[in-house]
Amino acid sequence: MEERIGVFVCHCGSNIAGVVDVKRVAEELGKYPGVAHSTDYTYMCSDPGQNLVKDAIKEHNLTGVIVAACSPTLHEATFRRAGRVAGVNPYQVEIANIREHCSWVHQGEKEAATEKAIKIIKTMVEKARLDEALDPISVPMTHKALVVGAGIAGIQAALDIANAGHEVVLVEKSPSVGGHMAQLSETFPTLDCSQCIMTPKMVEVSQHPRINLMTYSEIDDVAGFVGNFKVKIRKKAAYVDRDACTGCGVCVEKCPVKTESEFDEGLAMRKAIYTPFPQAVPNKPVLDPEHCTYFLKDGKCGICQKVCPVGCVDYEQKDEIIEEEVGAIVVATGYDLYPIENMGEYGGGKYADVITGLQFERMLSASGPTEGEVRRPSDGKEPKEIVFLTCCGSRDPEAHMPYCSKVCCMYLTKHAMLYKHKVHDGQAYVFYMDVRTAGKGYEEFYTRAAEEDDVLYIRGKVSKIYEEDGKVMVWGVDTLTGKKVEIAADMAVLGLATVPNVAAKKLANKLKIHTDEWGFLAEAHPKLRPVESLAPGFYLAGAAQGPKDIPEAVAQASGAASKVAHLFAEEEYHREPIIAWIDEDTCAGCRVCISVCPYDAAEFDEENGIAKIQEAICEGCGACIAACPSASAQQRNLTDEQVYKMVSAALEG
Amino acid sequence: MKIPYYPGCTLHERALDFDVSARECAKTLGVELEELPIWTCCGAVFPLVTDSVMEILAPVRNLAYASREGDKLVTLCSFCYHVLKRANRTIRTDPEKAEKANLFLRADTEAREEIESYTREDYTGQVEVIHFLEMLRDLVGYEAVAKKVRRKLKDLRVAPYYGCMLLRPKKEMEFDDPEQPSIFEEFLETLGCDVVDFPMKTECCGGFQIVSDEDLAIACSRNVVSSAIKRGADVIVTTCPLCRYNLDKKQEEMAKEVRGFRKIPVIYFTQLLGIALGIDGEHIDFTDNYVDPRPVLAEKSLL
Repeated sequence: MEERIGVFVCHCGSNIAGVVDVKRVAEELGKYPGVAHSTDYTYMCSDPGQNLVKDAIKEHNLTGVIVAACSPTLHEATFRRAGRVAGVNPYQVEIANIREHCSWVHQGEKEAATEKAIKIIKTMVEKARLDEALDPISVPMTHKALVVGAGIAGIQAALDIANAGHEVVLVEKSPSVGGHMAQLSETFPTLDCSQCIMTPKMVEVSQHPRINLMTYSEIDDVAGFVGNFKVKIRKKAAYVDRDACTGCGVCVEKCPVKTESEFDEGLAMRKAIYTPFPQAVPNKPVLDPEHCTYFLKDGKCGICQKVCPVGCVDYEQKDEIIEEEVGAIVVATGYDLYPIENMGEYGGGKYADVITGLQFERMLSASGPTEGEVRRPSDGKEPKEIVFLTCCGSRDPEAHMPYCSKVCCMYLTKHAMLYKHKVHDGQAYVFYMDVRTAGKGYEEFYTRAAEEDDVLYIRGKVSKIYEEDGKVMVWGVDTLTGKKVEIAADMAVLGLATVPNVAAKKLANKLKIHTDEWGFLAEAHPKLRPVESLAPGFYLAGAAQGPKDIPEAVAQASGAASKVAHLFAEEEYHREPIIAWIDEDTCAGCRVCISVCPYDAAEFDEENGIAKIQEAICEGCGACIAACPSASAQQRNLTDEQVYKMVSAALEG
Repeated sequence: MKIPYYPGCTLHERALDFDVSARECAKTLGVELEELPIWTCCGAVFPLVTDSVMEILAPVRNLAYASREGDKLVTLCSFCYHVLKRANRTIRTDPEKAEKANLFLRADTEAREEIESYTREDYTGQVEVIHFLEMLRDLVGYEAVAKKVRRKLKDLRVAPYYGCMLLRPKKEMEFDDPEQPSIFEEFLETLGCDVVDFPMKTECCGGFQIVSDEDLAIACSRNVVSSAIKRGADVIVTTCPLCRYNLDKKQEEMAKEVRGFRKIPVIYFTQLLGIALGIDGEHIDFTDNYVDPRPVLAEKSLL
C-alpha cells in the first residue's frame, strides 16, 4: 500500500511561528513524496488542533502522522492517542521537534531555521514511511508483592499494598519487625513516643490477612522480571519452632549466656536465646548459635530445650529455602550509622562516654537499658554536661562522606531537649555547621530547644575529644566569635552519618538494581520518579534510597505502594513495544548482545544457537543494536534502514 | 642489609645525638645506613604553592641522587621525611610538574654531571621514602628488634610523641592513622616499655613558630609536655629535632611561667632504642638535653 502521510505544523503561538515560516514549511512538505496532506495551525495540542489531526486522518485516509511541534516528551502521548481514536496505529504517529531543536535555538535566523524545520520534518517522514503498526507488549503478571525490610518504610509499604487488595510477602532479616524506629525514644518535632506510634503498625502488619510476614529471613536469589519474579527466601534457622512457641519466655529467662544486645546498641546484655525487645513482633525467641554454649561447646548446656514447656527448641533446625512468585518488589532495607570507630579524632570506640545517637536513643527510651534515665556508660553517673556533635562523618568530603545525613540536626536537637527535660540542672551543648530544619514544624522545634530548654548552640566543629580526669574533654571552635572552645563534659553524643545498611549493597547486586557511589539505592529520576528503580518492577522506600526522617520514609513507602497498586491495577503488564529484536536468519550466535545488555534481557536460545530478546525485560536502550556485528539486533521502528533514510533526508539539498 | 640514608642538615649539625644513636642502633640490628654521597637541604618546608615547581626542586634533587643508590631512602627527621615523601608523591602523581622538575634537574650543571654519569633516566618517583620507624617495623621487623633487646625497659614510663609532620596530611603521608596512630606504641612495646597513652601525642609542638611567635610555640609545647607529665610519664620520646628543641629546651620558659612545673626529659627514640639494645654510652649522648634524662634512667637502672 502506498503510504499516505499527514504533516501538521504547529505555530505554538509565536514560539515556532515567530522564527520559522510555518506556512512555507507546510507548503514544502505538501510536495514531499508520500505526504498526502500538509497543514499548519496555531496550537496543535489544543482540542481544535487535535480535532484537525483526527478529521484529516479520516478525510485523507492517512496511514501515518507527523506532528511538527515541541519535544516528544511533552505531547507525543497526546497525538498518539488522537491517532488511535481516528484509526492510525499510535506507533505510526511521530513528532518532529521543531521547537527545542529549531526555533528556540535559532532565533534571529528565520531563513535558516525554516530550512532546518523542513529537514527535520522530512527525516521524520522517512522514518514514518517504514514505521510498523505495533501493539503494546502484554505479559502475564503475579499480583503479589515482595517487600524487603520491615522497618517503618517496609511496614508502611506492605500495609498500603495489602490494603489495596494485594497479597504481600514481607521479609525481615532480624528476629522482629520495627527496624531502627522501634529503637527510638521520642520523635521530632512532636515528641510522641516512637514505640507508641510504631507498635500498632507492627501488630497490624503481623495480623493482616493479606500479609505473609517472614522475620529472621533473607533474600537468597531473585530471578525473572517485572510481573513475574521468582524469589528464593532463606528462612534462617532460629533453632526454635516459632510456630509452636507460645512466647512464654522461660527459655530466655533460664539461658545462662549473656552477650551484647544489638537492639540496645551494646548498652545492655541479652541472652543467647532472645527476643530483641519486649514489644517484638513476633514475640518469639531465636537462638544465636554464635554465642550459645550448646553450639560452642559441643552440646553442653541445652537448658533452653529442657525448660521449654512445649518442646519447641530444636538444635537440629536448618535454614529453609522458601520460593515465592511475585510481580513487584519494594526494597526498604534501611540505613546504618557510620561506624563510630571511624571517628578517631573523637576517640570513637575508644572512650565509653563518647556514644552514638542511637545509643543515646536507647538511653532515653523508657524501655531501654537505663529505663529512660540518662547515665554515663562508664560509671553510671548522671551526666551534668553533654556535648552533641552534628556532622560526624557527614559533609566531610576530605575524610568521610560528602553528603548531608539530613536527620542529625533534628534528632540531636531532640536529644538535647529530652536530656534537659530529664536533667533540669544539666547543660546541653550542640556543635553545628548549620542547623538544618527543613521540615514542617522543625524550625519551631529547634527554636524551642534553644530558647525554652536553654540548649547552647555553638557554630563550629569539634576538632578533638579526649578523656581527662573522668571528663570528656571537647575541643572545638566557635566560628561566630572566632574563639577556641574547650568543654569538660561528662558525655559526648555523635550525630554519625547515615549510611546504607551493610547488607543492602549486596542485596542490590542480587536484585540487579542500581546504587549510587555510597550504596544508596538509585531512583529512576531524581525528581519525577523518586520511588522507582530504573529496573522495572523494583520500587524504593525509606532510608535505603537516601537519608530520611520518619515522615519522609512513610511518604515514600506509600508512594512506592501506590506505584505497585498502579502496576497491579491491570490484569496483565503492558509495556512499550519500542524494543530490540533479533533477526533469526542473520544472527550468528556470537552472544555479544548478551554480554552488553544491562538488563539481562538478551538470552541465548540453545536450541537454535542464536540470541533472543525477552520482550518483557528489554528496555529498548539500544546497547545490543550498537554492539551486534551482523546488524541482526534491531530496534523496532528505529531500524538501521530507517536511520539511514533519515540521515539521507537530513543531508539532502 | 644496606640502605641509603638521608640525614638532613639538622642531624648533621645540631642533632648529632640523633644521628649517631640511629647509626649505631642500625648497625647493632644488622643494617648499614649508607649516607648519600651527596645531598643538600630537603627544603625543610613542603611548599603549598600549586603553580610552581621551584620549591620542590631541592627534595626532588635529593631523591634523584638517592635513586642511584637504591630503591629506598631512610630518613629520621620528621621534617625531612615529610618534605621528601610529599615531593616524591608530587612527582608520582603530577606528570606536568614531574616533567618540569626533570628539565630543571637536567639544566642544573652539578646535578647533570652527577646524575648523568650514573643514569640518564628521569626521576619518576622510583625511590620509596621510608622513616626509620617503618624500616624497623617492615624491613628489620619488630620481632627481630625484640630479640636484640638487652635491657628491659619495663619500669620506664614512656610517652611517644608523634607531632604532626609524620602523620598529616593523611592521604599524602600514608604513615599511620593521624587520629589514633600506633606505630610508635608498637615500637615501644617491642622494647618492653610501659607505654603512656597521652591525648596530646599528635598535637603540634609549635614548630617553626618558635622563631616568629615564641609565646605561641611555648604554649603549644607546654600543652604536650603537661599532658605527658599528667599521665605519669618518666620520659617523652620524639622523632623530630624541632619537636625535641621545643619540648625540651623551652621547659626553661615553661618553668618560669608555671609555678611548681615539674620537668620531664625529652629524648630521641633512637636513644631509647640504643639503651634497650645495650649500646655503650658514647653513642647515646645526652649532653645537649636541657632536662637531663640521666637521673631518671639511672633510677630505673638503665645507665
